[in-house]
Amino acid sequence: MFEYCADPKSLEGLTWLSCYLTSGTHMQFYASFGTVLLLLAITAPIALLFGFGGALAARSHVAPLRWFGKIYTSMVRGVPDIVFFMFVPIALDQLFEYLRSRVYCDTSVPVRQGSDFVVCAAAKLPRATSPEWVHDSYGMFLAVLAFSVVFGAFAANVLYGAMNSVPRAQLETAEAYGMTRRQMNRRILIPQMWVYAVPGLSNLWMILIKATPLLFLLGIEDIVYWARQLGASKTQAFAYPHPDWRLYYFLAILIFYLLMTAISERVLRRISRRLSLGQATMAGEAMRKAGA
Amino acid sequence: MKKLMLAAATLALTAGMGLAAPVRIASEGAYPPYNLVNDAGELDGFDIAVGNEICKRAELECVWVKNDWDSILPNLKSSNYDAIMAGMSITDERKAEIDFTQNYFPPAASAYAALSADANIGEGAVVAAQTATIQAGHVAESGATLLEFATPDETVAAVRNGEAEAVFADKDFLEPAVNESNGELAWVGEDVPLGGGIGVGVRQSDTELRDKMNAALTAMKEDGTLNGLIEKWFAEGAVYFGPNGEAVDKAGAKITAVAE
Repeated sequence: MFEYCADPKSLEGLTWLSCYLTSGTHMQFYASFGTVLLLLAITAPIALLFGFGGALAARSHVAPLRWFGKIYTSMVRGVPDIVFFMFVPIALDQLFEYLRSRVYCDTSVPVRQGSDFVVCAAAKLPRATSPEWVHDSYGMFLAVLAFSVVFGAFAANVLYGAMNSVPRAQLETAEAYGMTRRQMNRRILIPQMWVYAVPGLSNLWMILIKATPLLFLLGIEDIVYWARQLGASKTQAFAYPHPDWRLYYFLAILIFYLLMTAISERVLRRISRRLSLGQATMAGEAMRKAGA
Repeated sequence: MKKLMLAAATLALTAGMGLAAPVRIASEGAYPPYNLVNDAGELDGFDIAVGNEICKRAELECVWVKNDWDSILPNLKSSNYDAIMAGMSITDERKAEIDFTQNYFPPAASAYAALSADANIGEGAVVAAQTATIQAGHVAESGATLLEFATPDETVAAVRNGEAEAVFADKDFLEPAVNESNGELAWVGEDVPLGGGIGVGVRQSDTELRDKMNAALTAMKEDGTLNGLIEKWFAEGAVYFGPNGEAVDKAGAKITAVAE
């Protein structure tokens, strides 16, 4: 980066450090913070959507829909994350490629050859000729999908519980006013359930922030991967040899995570206050009394 | 006439190259000198140098992909890339899953390293090794307690901080760590020869790629360029390929330096 960095072995002290911290690998390390934030920003709303769908399905009066909701939440929650992330992205990828192979390939050639999964070049996702960023984005897409499915299942359970926590009297009143089930859901149940859901959802959000190291299983280089890679002791074969510095790198990540948690907590507290306003809960009651 | 044919052949080859999809090769990037991530953030090391030379000779366009060691086999079988060059030893267990080319690094010794040369590595000892490697398999059979880590570097760190009594890994990987530790780390016991050397992992159904790479490797062994790459990347005392592909020491090897 700087001109004096051409021969790092001759440098010392702060100049050495300034070169070290601006090396190509460090730039990728800094960029990986962006990757993590991007993943969180995309995954959180999608997971919430999955969860919302799952919770509504689990409460549905239509039996197959209800079974689907129940099976989704209990199955996904029961599978260890690491197994899930080893399996699901590969399975999803194979499913997409299989479907495409039925359209673009000679269907007489089996996709399973021994233990290998092979489709013709036209059905590959992404195409082997695609530039590297397409491969990266596809990996990211699979990651977002896998994270959303897992966290959607947890969110579904939280929201299901929250929906059940809305006082029965509220819903009965709505029924007495002659509202249909749909109107009841939209006007009474959903606006009120959030206040019960926020603690559980904020928990999930924190877990999601910390789950990003699983990204490297999918070939995406996240902050923990880089910290481990950069902190590992480097022999003289490298331009910047150093002993085991993982502690410092992990401290930097710790600060990042603490900052994320601190910011999240402030935001979530505001949301929670906002949602409690005018609710028939203890927090809502306290706010009403304070205002009066 | 000869020139014309040569021109036609070159044309045919380059035309074919234009159509063929690039070969994607995966590596771990955490096992110097076999594979590592250099300071520019790119994959580098012996595996990568050999791979590039193979691709040049077999007229393949190659792309390198970083992949975690844990998921390196399933991703190959699922066709997310076409070959693995990650210092992977040829073993019977792996052969049941994937195919290998001939070895591009001779069967090399694995070794134990510990804080003192008389550390216990047998019954009752705790020995660190990387998950799903031949070394891990060997430790499990040796009667010692196996402590597995996801990356090779963590296995060495475990010995330094006392989590494990010794680390068991490829000697070529441990060598720089031991040599540069200022006497902190020492070799323990005899070297252990394991595996059938290091080969390129390919899908069992992908015989075409395997044959192309094999042909390139044979040529590289014959003219000594493979030995040249071994000399470039490994410390003194590394093993080389002899005239019939057997492991020999440096004196008995034909070494041709590779032009950058």
